[in-house]
Amino acid sequence: MARAAVPGRLTWRAATLAEARWETPTARTLVLDVPGWAGHLPGQHVDVRLTAPDGYSAQRSYSIAAAWAADKTGDGGKVELTVQRLDDGEVSPFLTDVLEVGEQVELRGPVGGWFVWRPSQPAPVVLIAGGSGVVPLMAMIRARGAIKAKQPFRLLYSVRTPGDACYAEELTRRVRDDAGLDVRYIYTRKTPDGWTDPPKRIDVATINTYGWPADFTPDCYVCGPTTFVEAAADILVALGHDPKRIRTERFGGTS
Amino acid sequence: MMELDGNAMAGELREIFAVDVTAARYTCAGCGHADAVATLLLWGRDMGRVGRCPHCRDVVLRVVHAPDRIFLDLRGTVRLELPLAGS
Repeated sequence: MARAAVPGRLTWRAATLAEARWETPTARTLVLDVPGWAGHLPGQHVDVRLTAPDGYSAQRSYSIAAAWAADKTGDGGKVELTVQRLDDGEVSPFLTDVLEVGEQVELRGPVGGWFVWRPSQPAPVVLIAGGSGVVPLMAMIRARGAIKAKQPFRLLYSVRTPGDACYAEELTRRVRDDAGLDVRYIYTRKTPDGWTDPPKRIDVATINTYGWPADFTPDCYVCGPTTFVEAAADILVALGHDPKRIRTERFGGTS
Repeated sequence: MMELDGNAMAGELREIFAVDVTAARYTCAGCGHADAVATLLLWGRDMGRVGRCPHCRDVVLRVVHAPDRIFLDLRGTVRLELPLAGS
């Protein structure tokens, strides 16, 4: 393994696209084979680097949606990223529309030790996602399910329309099978048939009703575009949540 | 337009340091606000990045990439408080 050469330092390594699937018309999940992958904490991300034949390179950070550690021989390591295509982007359209199974990218990680959920945290959890900001929060939900953790989770997930929701079927199944997980959608442009609320942005009433009360001292994770993150974090503070229990990640809109 | 925060610096900082610096707590030299490096408002991209204090918008740190080296300017932070492994 390359990493063994310089202990403690992080280096780039090759990752091979093993499989891909569309979550929505503009978001694609990439399943990457990463030999020697040693596992991650839910909420962490990786940096992905693309290099053109002329040497020009560009790199972006993508949250890990799920991952499986390699066995002792270094085989079986897999990392799943869900990439939202941004039409004016330099990297994301390549990852969603061009990269084919069997092709390689360079990957560095896992990185980030702050916007993470550790199963040892005993508190209930409120997850608030704006658009593709759901990805690291989904990693937390999947990790909670995998270890059958007892901390109750509530996800508030803001999307433009029902068709823009990633992982919708999986979330429905997880909520059905797991009494400790609730999901509430917020639709900003178009609601599904029969939905009683009008399209709206995330607001005090929604977080107050579908999050955990501040008295429960939940750990709160907010991920999405800057304006969304600031609005949701301000609401949490206004509702009495301790700012030290609110962790935020601003998800890029231009990559 | 600012689109990212200090979380996105984790990779390049781990290339320099053996520990995760985004979980470290900075104290802003401008206003005294203290929080995780992950909360800094991040500007710029591949060539160089500037992390600003979300409280007063002063520059807390700068990272500039040259072909053969990295420049790290920390004059905007009075101190960095790093959790030790296992704590």
